[in-house]
Amino acid sequence: MSLRVALVLLALAPALAAQKPAQTGPVPADVHFITGMIPHHAQAVKMAGWAVTHGASAPLQRFAERIAVAQRDEIAMMRTWLRQQGRPVPDTNATHMMMQHDGMAHAMLMPGMLTDTELAALDAARGVEFDRLFLGFMIRHHEGAVSMVDELFASHGAAQDEFVFRFASDVFADQTTEIDFLQGMLDALPPPSRP
Amino acid sequence: MTVVPTTPRRWALTLAGLALALGVLPASAQQKVKTTPSPDPREGLAAGKFDAGEAIWNMRMLSTTPSPGPFALNTNTDLAFSGNLVYQGNYNGFMVWDIANPAKPHLTTWSHCPASQSDISVYGNLAFVSAEGLSGRLDCGTQGVPEPVSADRVRGIRIFDMTDPLDPKYVGNVQTCRGSHTHTVVTDKNDPEHVYVYISGSSRVRSPEELPGCSELAPSEDPNSSLFRIEVIKVPLKDPSKAAIVGGARFLDNLAPAPQRSQPTPPQRQLTPAQDSAMAARRAAMAARPGRTGPNQCHDITVYPAVDLAGGACGGYGVLLDISDPANPRRIDAVADTNFSFWHSATFHNDGKAVLFTDEWGGGRAPRCRESDKYEWGANALFTIENGKMKFQSYYKMPARQTEWENCVAHNGSPIPIPGREVMVQGWYQGGISIFDWTDPAAPFELAFHDRGPLADGELTSAGSWSVYWYNGVIVNSEIARGLDIFELTPSEYISQNEIDAAKTVIWKELNPQEQPMMVWPASFAKARAFVDQLERSKGLTAPRIAIVREALTRAEATGGNTRNAALGQLATSLVADARGSSDAPKVTMLVNAVRELGGS
Repeated sequence: MSLRVALVLLALAPALAAQKPAQTGPVPADVHFITGMIPHHAQAVKMAGWAVTHGASAPLQRFAERIAVAQRDEIAMMRTWLRQQGRPVPDTNATHMMMQHDGMAHAMLMPGMLTDTELAALDAARGVEFDRLFLGFMIRHHEGAVSMVDELFASHGAAQDEFVFRFASDVFADQTTEIDFLQGMLDALPPPSRP
Repeated sequence: MTVVPTTPRRWALTLAGLALALGVLPASAQQKVKTTPSPDPREGLAAGKFDAGEAIWNMRMLSTTPSPGPFALNTNTDLAFSGNLVYQGNYNGFMVWDIANPAKPHLTTWSHCPASQSDISVYGNLAFVSAEGLSGRLDCGTQGVPEPVSADRVRGIRIFDMTDPLDPKYVGNVQTCRGSHTHTVVTDKNDPEHVYVYISGSSRVRSPEELPGCSELAPSEDPNSSLFRIEVIKVPLKDPSKAAIVGGARFLDNLAPAPQRSQPTPPQRQLTPAQDSAMAARRAAMAARPGRTGPNQCHDITVYPAVDLAGGACGGYGVLLDISDPANPRRIDAVADTNFSFWHSATFHNDGKAVLFTDEWGGGRAPRCRESDKYEWGANALFTIENGKMKFQSYYKMPARQTEWENCVAHNGSPIPIPGREVMVQGWYQGGISIFDWTDPAAPFELAFHDRGPLADGELTSAGSWSVYWYNGVIVNSEIARGLDIFELTPSEYISQNEIDAAKTVIWKELNPQEQPMMVWPASFAKARAFVDQLERSKGLTAPRIAIVREALTRAEATGGNTRNAALGQLATSLVADARGSSDAPKVTMLVNAVRELGGS
């Protein structure tokens, strides 16, 4: 090591020690996004779980298994993050987002989520009709997740937290990719049967 | 896939068509060649940051150096190399390590300039750094950028002048509409005055109020859409501050009906001509559907200028590109795979005749190596390239089970220059480092590994190998939470000392693993002996012949001048005869050439 390098390193050491990490914590929009994405994911996991029992085609069963594994893991990550922030942590199987409004607790559906009626219709379908309903609903569901990312990124102070930015960007990238894939499967289905 | 028996015939036909379009489920995908010790010592390692349990096989750790200062508090990312220097990216900037003594790396300099992911490349005296996160500032400040639209934000590429290696100078930025998740430096052999940088961005498009021209509309509605493209940046080497976007390479258009491959020969291929034409019509209809333009982003692009090819990992597709004109990459082929979620990066065989794509399913944050996770999910897919078309061969996944507290999926790696073979070292986040042979893309097998226990017990916390690359004789690992690790290979039944010695004869002045260099081996006795060792393994020469050839090489090495050349000439001539009767004639021919090079002919 040259003398110059040694001197510079000596000078660097205290400077490095004095550096502070970015002082940018999560804002309410971050917490809202993560909290709302848990029931959003939980509904996708529930829908995906029906693929086997409701006679979905083999390609859809495979895809549904991936959705179930991926989103179940992501629910665990989101719950960990909320716990670390000291925030209320929704249940793993929560299907609605609880929001306070005018002093009352309301159970809200996040964008793209299925209503109880739509869920019942999906639950009643079998075979190719299950495929058709599932694909249409899941595309809408994914588009809803993408719109939640849009809303997050348009909020003041949002996604400065690295977990939130990375997670939201991955939701955007993964789910736009999956919408493409789901649409391909939907296009390949036979035309709907008419009575 | 079997057709449900009660399905009407009309549907059966369609379902068969769907199966062909979307691929067939492999009966069981797993390691075909099993070399890894059993029980696997990577399973059940104790958790800890600097005191985690470790398992190592056929390699040796030379050093492990924790990240200093603010870098210890954030994620370490990608690596680039120049001379004795290793550039290590970090969400808080980058560090430069001198590894002339790999047992004791020392920090040469650093730049505290936060932006995720800070993936880094070097070219001559320039360093390029990716900025994607919303909190990156033009002024390198740490306070973030709270405004959704702000003139302070940087998303794109930062350029540093490293002429004074102790004092990096921030000389410019190129802002892009989706930021830069990763980037790839591309040299143009016809233009030494410029270098290109391909920008891959997978995040949401910025507001046009923040960066004029950004557009999230479909390309059919706005021909200048920021979607479905990468950005190509041209950097004048004389004045890098003038680096600018020269085009958006829109090679992702009209990609929808790429065949989904899971297995090389799906049984559904035995369709009648009528079925075939019905499916062709359906695929054409899908392709013509308005607004349908394939993946809207790429994650990473590996260029291999020596053969004018690039592998683009783009959303749900692996894309093969012709880069003979680096400013205008052109798509040759694309593959998709029902087992693949998110195509991440690519690595080529040295001859450009095979390519490996990784699937970073879950973005690297998820534990995808648990017992319940399938072998073919979050893995590598290996393809041969025949007449410009990619043909699926097999999957490779780091084979040891990991805990639910370890993020684990296929990630960055690079070739190890062992002549006559294709060996790669690869990071699997907390799945550790796996080194494997994929000379035969249909039958990859593991050769060596290193793994630590979970960073935290009972909580999934991001850590592990972000990138691990071979560089000038050593293996350098960027550990997300623990710092910089350096290893060397040790000989085993799968790699000989001669093969390691031959690999060490390949010296690069600079290495950005996303711009894959062609490996060229200088003449050496190690190279000749490496081929002999390989022929012993493949039984391409008989045991007595192997002994005679080794003896001849030893004698030749002990002499010099014309005596040596004559001995080597004689040996080469005798080996030419061997090649004719050998079951591994191509390898014998490689040996002949290596012996001739040594003999100066």
